[in-house]
Amino acid sequence: MIAELGHFSLVLALGLAIIQAILPMIGAARQDDRMMMLGRPAAYGQFLFCLLAFLALTYSYIISDFSVTVVAENSNSLKPLLYKISGVWGNHEGSILLWVLLLALYSALVAFFGRKLPKSLHARVLSVQALVGVGFYLFMLLTSNPFNRLINIPIEGNGMNPLLQDPGLAFHPPFLYLGYVGLSVAFSFAIAALIEGRVDPAWARWVRPWTLLAWVFLSIGIVVGSIWAYYELGWGGWWGWDPVENASFMPWLVATALVHSAIVVEKRNTLKSWTVLLAIIAFSFSLLGTFIVRSGILTSVHAFAVDPRRGMFILLFLGLVIGGSFLLFAIRSDKLRTGGLFAPISRESGLVINNLFLSVAAAVVLYGTMHPLLSDALFGIKSSVGAPFFNLVFSWLMIPLVMIMGLGVHLRWKRADIKGILQRLRVIIGLSFLAILMTLYATRGGDIMSSVWLGISVWLLLSMLQELGHRIKLFQVPFRNSMSRLRRQPRSVWGMSLGHIGFAIALIGIVFSASWNLEVQKVLKIGQSLNIGAYTVTLKNVIPVAGPNYSAIRGIVDVTSKNGEHYTAYPESRTYITSATTTTEGDIKTSLSGDLFIVIGQNEGQDMWGMRIYYKPMQIWLWIGALIMVLGGFMSLTDRRYRVGSPENRKTRNGKAGSGKTGNAKTANKASQRSKTRKEAHVH
Amino acid sequence: MTATRLKKGSRAGARKKRRLYFLLTSLLVLGLAVALVLNALKSSIRLFYDPTEVVEKGISPGQDFRIGGLVKTGSFKSREVGDIEVNTFKVTDGNKSVAVIYKGLLPDLFREGQGVVAEGAMNKNGVFVATQVLAKHDENYMPKDVVDSLKKRGEWKKYIASKDKDKGKAL
Repeated sequence: MIAELGHFSLVLALGLAIIQAILPMIGAARQDDRMMMLGRPAAYGQFLFCLLAFLALTYSYIISDFSVTVVAENSNSLKPLLYKISGVWGNHEGSILLWVLLLALYSALVAFFGRKLPKSLHARVLSVQALVGVGFYLFMLLTSNPFNRLINIPIEGNGMNPLLQDPGLAFHPPFLYLGYVGLSVAFSFAIAALIEGRVDPAWARWVRPWTLLAWVFLSIGIVVGSIWAYYELGWGGWWGWDPVENASFMPWLVATALVHSAIVVEKRNTLKSWTVLLAIIAFSFSLLGTFIVRSGILTSVHAFAVDPRRGMFILLFLGLVIGGSFLLFAIRSDKLRTGGLFAPISRESGLVINNLFLSVAAAVVLYGTMHPLLSDALFGIKSSVGAPFFNLVFSWLMIPLVMIMGLGVHLRWKRADIKGILQRLRVIIGLSFLAILMTLYATRGGDIMSSVWLGISVWLLLSMLQELGHRIKLFQVPFRNSMSRLRRQPRSVWGMSLGHIGFAIALIGIVFSASWNLEVQKVLKIGQSLNIGAYTVTLKNVIPVAGPNYSAIRGIVDVTSKNGEHYTAYPESRTYITSATTTTEGDIKTSLSGDLFIVIGQNEGQDMWGMRIYYKPMQIWLWIGALIMVLGGFMSLTDRRYRVGSPENRKTRNGKAGSGKTGNAKTANKASQRSKTRKEAHVH
Repeated sequence: MTATRLKKGSRAGARKKRRLYFLLTSLLVLGLAVALVLNALKSSIRLFYDPTEVVEKGISPGQDFRIGGLVKTGSFKSREVGDIEVNTFKVTDGNKSVAVIYKGLLPDLFREGQGVVAEGAMNKNGVFVATQVLAKHDENYMPKDVVDSLKKRGEWKKYIASKDKDKGKAL
């Protein structure tokens, strides 16, 4: 009964989405207020019914209603409640339902927070948003209905991959999806702007926070995913360039580019068509990512074979959305007049180059992910493009990006004085080279790439700190004045600084843990020990353990280090009863200087156990850096200029211009004047 | 009037110039990326062969590639040499099989009769020396390439049937 209610709600949500897609769009074209106004209530209603459907499915999971196909296939009455709930989105049907629920949520949010938008733009944005939704509702109802019933009701469900039973993973997909789907807002704004034929700083001020929000969620999702991979999979890595991982990394790269290029539109009223294009590409990658993962064309077996309709639908839908929006872009993009000019050396140019590298990087990931598929389909050659490929390309491609990043933040809008900047940064440049030389010395010249990367990371970190120091006049005015300046910095400055500093710290963590990690694989007899780095690891004993739904063997491992540390590690290898799946629960001792990661493998005969031990220097700094980045994103989101209402806006602008350097104040004033008049022009 | 027109003209010129710069830098970055990609592909792409192809094509020793198929039932042996674990097993597609040797710990889900993918090269004696046996973390998971190979060799249905029989036993 509940499942049928859910099914019915889904159909109603589709109906409302169709209304929301068609009527406001016609209304905007005819300047018919009543039709445009329909978008908002339709968005609220659509969200409500979609939520009902989602709750109905969740309920079916909680009460373990095995007459519902997806519940029987993916759940189990013995599962803890948390995993029953997370099981809702742990499969194809449920995840698509979550996707469309979030899409409806974003629609409703845009409907609510966008009330001050120009009417026609608002109506069109909502309409595009609903149009995407219609596609998803149809996909679900026609090919992957989560509410399908079974005729023969099983007594017990099939359970769920025990690897997925992890709190980290339970909340990894929702965050990722909040990110994926969040990009739909930027997409809808882009399409609406193309239809309107107008992009201006106000448009960018709307698009940027939504993109930033999506970026923040996407980042959290990716980080949580890689933390899960690191702690749960027990192979000592955190990123494997798996198609699934790539699917989330591509939209992240493009979203990062979009967050940056929207600044240029907002501040300088230029780079418009590029930004619109990026918004389209970012969402296209989201769609592609969702379907790549969920259809499993790249990794798993049945996907398309089970239901060819699904594959056809996906191809058609992707073709319509992506092809359609590119077509629209090709026809309409020349309407978007470019505004402010800038010199080849300026902040604008820096951001353009940042954008170029990020988009090219996304293209590389796309190519690498699709290569095996293409070469098989076109030439019948089966091949794999794995981590070595991506590592090689990225380690080269990202060098100029990070170098320019460190420089870019010092550049002024319009025209920058590169000589002066280099002068100011000469100490930092020197220190970075020193870091390279010292690393080369420490590794006896063995590792040029890692040394260069460490130098570049140090360069970025110091350069960002220098920029912040320069802003608050550290050491130029009394320290207390500097601190009060620091407090008065707008949130966007905080966001920018934290975002980039976090990135630099994460880079340092990556360089260390990827370049100077240690790995030992040995078979140990009980009582035997082995050495890894500064640690001596002794296998004391191995005992069987029974868990709630698994049985395990647990190693008791004695660890001592040269600097007097001493502890006992308990790595486990679990076998889950329902699915006969084995998982590795490594023992990870984390510290600021590095992680010792102990994994127990299989029994190799009387009292002999296979052991894998890794030492990952500075691993935790990757997570810390990522956390700081995300924090920066949040800070930036709370910046005054994104809060609704423009009068506030104006005040900050003038305030900023006043506190800026005198040389720049004039141009800044002029710019704000100009944008003010432009804004007023829109009002009238 | 003329002044503004002139100014407009120079703006347009500057805009064209900027577009040119933009185009040149993008071409440069793109070219760089393409060169990197091609170079990386050359050194890191791994072709996939199933045992029949390995036998028929006579792949030269030392050439890196991936082999995939089922671990032949009854072929798996593991012994200690010093404190290194040396594993030997055969990979089969039902038609032909290839002997594999791997020094190191096997992933948890390595079983006889299950799908496996290994990376490495042939040695002179026709044994595949694996540098890596790919860990997959789901018992039902089968690498796509292996599935295709089994289908091609007509082994897929047999494999599925044996799976279903196992499942029946478990229930």
